[in-house]
Amino acid sequence: MVENRPLLNIATHLVLIIGVAIVVFPVYVAFIASTQAPGTFFRGVTPLLPGPAMIENYTTMLTDGMSTSGAPPLWLMLVNSTWMAVIVTVGKISISILSAYAIVYFRFPLRALCFWIVFVTLMLPVEVRIIPTFAVVSNLGLLNSYLGLTLPLIASATATFLFRQFFLTVPDELTEAARVDGAGPVKFFIDILLPLSRTNIAALSVIMFIYGWVQYLWPLLVTTDSRYYTVVMGIKRMAAYADQQPQWNLVMAAVILAMLPPVLIVIFMQRLFVKGLVETEK
Amino acid sequence: MQTKRTIFSNRALPIALIAPQLVITLIFFIWPALQAIRSSFEREDPFGLRTSFVWFQNYTRLFADPTYLSAFGRTLLFATAVTVLAMAFALVLAAAVSRVMRSANAYTTLLVWPYAVAPVVAGILWWFMFNPSIGILPYVLGQFGITWNHRTSGTDAMVLVVIAATWKQISYNFLFFLAGLQSIPNALSEAAAIDGAGPFKRFFTIVLPLLSPTTFFLLIINVNYAMFDTFGIIDGTTSGGPNQATNILVYKVYADGFLGLNIGSSAAQSVILMLIVIALVFVQFRFVERRVQY
Repeated sequence: MVENRPLLNIATHLVLIIGVAIVVFPVYVAFIASTQAPGTFFRGVTPLLPGPAMIENYTTMLTDGMSTSGAPPLWLMLVNSTWMAVIVTVGKISISILSAYAIVYFRFPLRALCFWIVFVTLMLPVEVRIIPTFAVVSNLGLLNSYLGLTLPLIASATATFLFRQFFLTVPDELTEAARVDGAGPVKFFIDILLPLSRTNIAALSVIMFIYGWVQYLWPLLVTTDSRYYTVVMGIKRMAAYADQQPQWNLVMAAVILAMLPPVLIVIFMQRLFVKGLVETEK
Repeated sequence: MQTKRTIFSNRALPIALIAPQLVITLIFFIWPALQAIRSSFEREDPFGLRTSFVWFQNYTRLFADPTYLSAFGRTLLFATAVTVLAMAFALVLAAAVSRVMRSANAYTTLLVWPYAVAPVVAGILWWFMFNPSIGILPYVLGQFGITWNHRTSGTDAMVLVVIAATWKQISYNFLFFLAGLQSIPNALSEAAAIDGAGPFKRFFTIVLPLLSPTTFFLLIINVNYAMFDTFGIIDGTTSGGPNQATNILVYKVYADGFLGLNIGSSAAQSVILMLIVIALVFVQFRFVERRVQY
């Protein structure tokens, strides 16, 4: 700090407290709603103090779900979401670290073209090629499967770039030393490059897990069988239903449970999260 | 393109290493994109039995269609509002956090987690807060004599989705602004302080210009976010309604193609969106961090 200005310091804290309040308030309201007894939402205004039914609401949602909305119990959707996020994370990181290794440490025909093909994925988000991508997945018979949920999402230009950037900073002397000692490309990758990339892999995993967890449009398209619903897309169904039959206490319990895993990851792995976020976007 | 000085000489291995990425990209990205381009030049008969090549008819129809043109204008409005609000809000918070010393980490933790909230969930949170019959915000607005109903009022619905989209994006912008602010050497501010510049003058004449690479980068990212990643917010709340008031381009592609089954028109819209993404990515990689560098 350059100089001491008590008034400005107070104003700064005030701005931050208001900012935090605005950011936290919607989730607070949702949490309070999730603790209310059934019937609270037929009239009046959403209460701002906790109600008595927190344990019942969460247990109902986890074990039975809102059967009237056609969604399965929440535990099943949470398991599906976890699978999806984990498969997407592992898949994205494995295929991008391998392709970055190929691009940086080898010379092969059409290397530049391969690099550009990977780069192009940045320009084609799912949202702009919905129907033909759906057609491909459907023709391959991958609808309603974990493979169909995850495979089309695991190509990653950003992760490939991140690993490429990182590999370029690894000193050439290491490679030379490894070659002198008789290590081939596979041994070099497993014994030297992979351990060096540990932090990058961890940071990227945090980002990719969140990416996989919050997917919405893709699961919405490829799952018609409720056994494969993910929690983020399942919530939409319940919320649409709650508009007619106000069971907001149950919907909000689902909302809180759907947010919790990725939010906890951000909070407890903040340093890795920030590293992953700032570096992948560079 | 850059490689290492020391490289391995295998021929087949690198191909095998890069193959998984390439195969997935070709099957799930490039092939569908080519299909979209192809069907944007075709028209399917009502029974889906035959398709005929119609040149640019799908495109000319789109640009003659007032609902498409208004969706374009609406998207522009939506993207501008979300970008400006999310960036301004985040900049104020980042500047404030960079002023406090001891509590900076605590505030950062409290501000960054919405990044991990799915857009559709963010939408539902605000949809609930603004619920016309039981929501807390319409109740408060009612005390001031303002009636809120996003089910009937297009403006209210637009305000709702803008707020939800902004709320979700603040944490992202905040982190990048904070990183940008922390990379500006303190000596510059100190020198200006010695010359008699107060905190606000220093912020606007020194810090803000030095932050312009970050600002420009975030500008592109935010426009991209508002145009494409907000699908869940729209679908989770208004579904483009009432009366098209929140039907932005990315939602319209889905609604026309997947729900309305108008494949040709939806494909033409996809191609137009692809061109927009390509332009944004091009600007990002060509100009960001080169032009606005001090």
